[in-house]
Amino acid sequence: SMVNAGAMSGSGNLMDFLDEPFPDVGTYEDFHTIDWLREKSRDTDRHRKITSKSKESIWEFIKSLLDAWSGWVVMLLIGLLAGTLAGVIDLAVDWMTDLKEGVCLSAFWYSHEQCCWTSNETTFEDRDKCPLWKKWSELLVNQSEGASAYILNYLMYILWALLFAFLAVSLVRVFAPYACGSGIPEIKTILSGFIIRGYLGKWTLLIKTVTLVLVVSSGLSLGKEGPLVHVACCCGNFFSSLFSKYSKNEGKRREVLSAAAAAGVSVAFGAPIGGVLFSLEEVSYYFPLKTLWRSFFAALVAAFTLRSINPFGNSRLVLFYVEYHTPWYMAELFPFILLGVFGGLWGTLFIRCNIAWCRRRKTTKLGKYPVLEVIVVTAVTAIIAYPNPYTRQSTSELISELFNDCGALESSQLCDYVNDPNMTRPVDDIPDRPAGVGVYTAMWQLALALVFKIVITIFTFGMKIPSGLFIPSMAVGAMAGRMVGIGVEQLAYHHHDWIIFRNWCRPGADCVTPGLYAMVGAAACLGGVTRMTVSLVVIMFELTGGLEYIVPLMAAAVTSKWVADAFGKEGIYEAHIHLNGYPFLDVKDEFTHRTLATDVMRPRRGEPPLSVLTQDSMTVEDVETLIKETDYNGFPVVVSRDSERLIGFAQRRELILAIKNARQRQEGIVSNSIMYFTEEPPELPANSPHPLKLRRILNLSPFTVTDHTPMETVVDIFRKLGLRQCLVTRSGRLLGIITKKDVLRHMAQMANQDPESIMFN
Amino acid sequence: MAALWGGLFRLGSMLSLSCLALSVLLLVQLSDAAKNFEDVRCKCICPPYKDNSGHIYNKNISQKDCDCLHVVDPMPVLGPDVEAYCLRCECKYEERSSVTIKVTIIIYLSILGLLLLYMVYLTLVEPILKRRLFGHSQLIQSDDDVGDHQPFANAHDVLARSRSRANVLNKVEYAQQRWKLQVQEQRKSVFDRHVVLS
Repeated sequence: SMVNAGAMSGSGNLMDFLDEPFPDVGTYEDFHTIDWLREKSRDTDRHRKITSKSKESIWEFIKSLLDAWSGWVVMLLIGLLAGTLAGVIDLAVDWMTDLKEGVCLSAFWYSHEQCCWTSNETTFEDRDKCPLWKKWSELLVNQSEGASAYILNYLMYILWALLFAFLAVSLVRVFAPYACGSGIPEIKTILSGFIIRGYLGKWTLLIKTVTLVLVVSSGLSLGKEGPLVHVACCCGNFFSSLFSKYSKNEGKRREVLSAAAAAGVSVAFGAPIGGVLFSLEEVSYYFPLKTLWRSFFAALVAAFTLRSINPFGNSRLVLFYVEYHTPWYMAELFPFILLGVFGGLWGTLFIRCNIAWCRRRKTTKLGKYPVLEVIVVTAVTAIIAYPNPYTRQSTSELISELFNDCGALESSQLCDYVNDPNMTRPVDDIPDRPAGVGVYTAMWQLALALVFKIVITIFTFGMKIPSGLFIPSMAVGAMAGRMVGIGVEQLAYHHHDWIIFRNWCRPGADCVTPGLYAMVGAAACLGGVTRMTVSLVVIMFELTGGLEYIVPLMAAAVTSKWVADAFGKEGIYEAHIHLNGYPFLDVKDEFTHRTLATDVMRPRRGEPPLSVLTQDSMTVEDVETLIKETDYNGFPVVVSRDSERLIGFAQRRELILAIKNARQRQEGIVSNSIMYFTEEPPELPANSPHPLKLRRILNLSPFTVTDHTPMETVVDIFRKLGLRQCLVTRSGRLLGIITKKDVLRHMAQMANQDPESIMFN
Repeated sequence: MAALWGGLFRLGSMLSLSCLALSVLLLVQLSDAAKNFEDVRCKCICPPYKDNSGHIYNKNISQKDCDCLHVVDPMPVLGPDVEAYCLRCECKYEERSSVTIKVTIIIYLSILGLLLLYMVYLTLVEPILKRRLFGHSQLIQSDDDVGDHQPFANAHDVLARSRSRANVLNKVEYAQQRWKLQVQEQRKSVFDRHVVLS
């Protein structure tokens, strides 16, 4: 029965779930790393027990089948819930973004586009206007044009943005402080074996979903893709706690979380395969092949659920789906590679500036005013964004407009080309045309918007609200790409007799597609900042619906990664992991120094000797004193202090629990009782107290290396096996211990970083 | 036995939450079937041609009939020009589900409203109530909470008090106070010490 911290008066056994769960042997403390090998062996034991029992009766056989299928059931549930939440978020964002500008009189829950859907009064020139949608100035002072209307609309826009941002940061602060930020650096760390209790909890899920809608609607320069991965992982955690196969085993749970991350990216971009590859490349640490198939299933279920909710109409999954097939030419690879270089440079600039700003937020007084910071940044964003039409609209709509090709039917300023009235070509084969006045206006507005977005995103990412990075990076790249594309298009039109254009661009042909340049630019910038490779290309080609553009996308992605890697090896997520000091041993880091295990192990020369337990000569009181005086996570157990031959390793948490248990329950255990780890109790004098056997908590197979093992091998062992500590021996005698923290500090020291920034164990 | 009931209860609450999510989804599917008449349309955009200005035509028509000849009505050009005119028009079949949009927005606004009310209660109303019920002396903060105007600042006081009685209402309050303590710990590590999520 469960032991409560308090009197058990026999009332309300049903209410036991409200009590604090008793920490049993085998669970982990907050901010500690799990023992991958133990979790794996526990799962193998469980599986073997079920398999052996399944032969006994039909009921046991059915139970074994249910156990095998529980993985698929969890994936199905995760896909359903993630898709539903993404659909809710998309619909709510669509509505609330338009709420800043006006409201629909017939039904207040319709956004601008939905309100004018059934109207018959939309004309070709004014496609956005319909009598049912009223701007705020029309409602309040009954004017729709003029200076006072503009100022009133401006003021209402700023007020709504401030209201949304204030609500979001207050909700995060009061209910779930873990809901802020992107979530991907912390999820990467959790998937590598770290425990952050509450990070994937139910309140975090609820608050992250609700506040994500608020912050995206407030017009801040952030996206929802990273937070959607966090939301999907929370769903994964929630459903895996329903099945004991996953709730009791931290290693199996992380398999489910990897698949949930794939489902999250799948609904964020409408790209199931890209989602699986993103989870494999960026988020997960260990990715067994079984997880690959299950992640794909979860991602497909999530995408299908989102499709049936149909938030964007026409069964599109993402706002910026494009489906044109105009070909590209080899000579265009040169501007594509230029866009790749731009993406790499921007990525480096962004990472350096953002990390510097976040470090300042962490260490100075700026970090003491999170609510004020959010309000100030929102005010600045709203004030500067409103006058420019390209920053006033939501960033997803901007990207959609920039990705689109200009047929004869577009009415936006970007498509204000000089049309030939006698032209009789069908809609999707319009030849290149000279730019009209609207295009030139659009170009300098885009340039201003580009500079603004580059600057403001540095200050926005990392605030205490849910914030993602994918959409702002894609917007920066799309703006740069579209400008380059229009430039190349006009150059090809006006100078079609130059050598480079003569071969492939005849007058009267549709050569250059500026929308493609926008896509390539978006891919380059996203790759420059996150350093994604394969997953980026797959996501982009799933967004465009075709394989024609794989080569330009790959060229840009590869170029941007090379350029960005020349300045620094870390992407934005690894940089944030380093900033927070999480114990994340990156598989991408190469360790090429020639140090040995003896250089890194503790105790060093001049330090107090290693705290060890002996196998049968310490009393309970000695052990308790040792535990109280030190804060090590575990103690090696040796034969005796003279011959320091290693027996095994005992964890601190399990020692504490076992001693506490023994004192409460076992007869005759006092402070003077001898604690022994052998099978048989030692020889004791006649009236000594009852000895305490703790062999069951001893790990008899700790990993050991010799003192001359190169650190390269040690780092490899830590990475591949997920170790937390490793013992160093020489000729069978225990010399010292290397923990994961020591390894990380050593790597930081070798890379000339600050080794004191590694905070956790 | 108690553990079994407790586990079943927990399973039940979690299953009901997931059932809620699934029922929302089912509602969406059902609403798909009972589609509003106005939720389907074929939209044709025709650019300016010769003397005619550009125009947008909407008609509620099935997907196989969604083309220029069925939707553009009345046809502004005559005879041989019809083909040239229609070649430049772009017709798209669109559908939406107005019921889904309405249900989603209303559910979202109600959840947001409930959260805001609970937040106002926790930050403003509850300290006033507790001060009136337990008197001023019991709210003396511990040393590291001096000047701490955060919500849940007195969580461990209430935790210590409520351990003495063990009935259902108190257990609910105990669980709520434990949650508040967790949130306070999280807030300390994120906002104050900047240890996680800088």
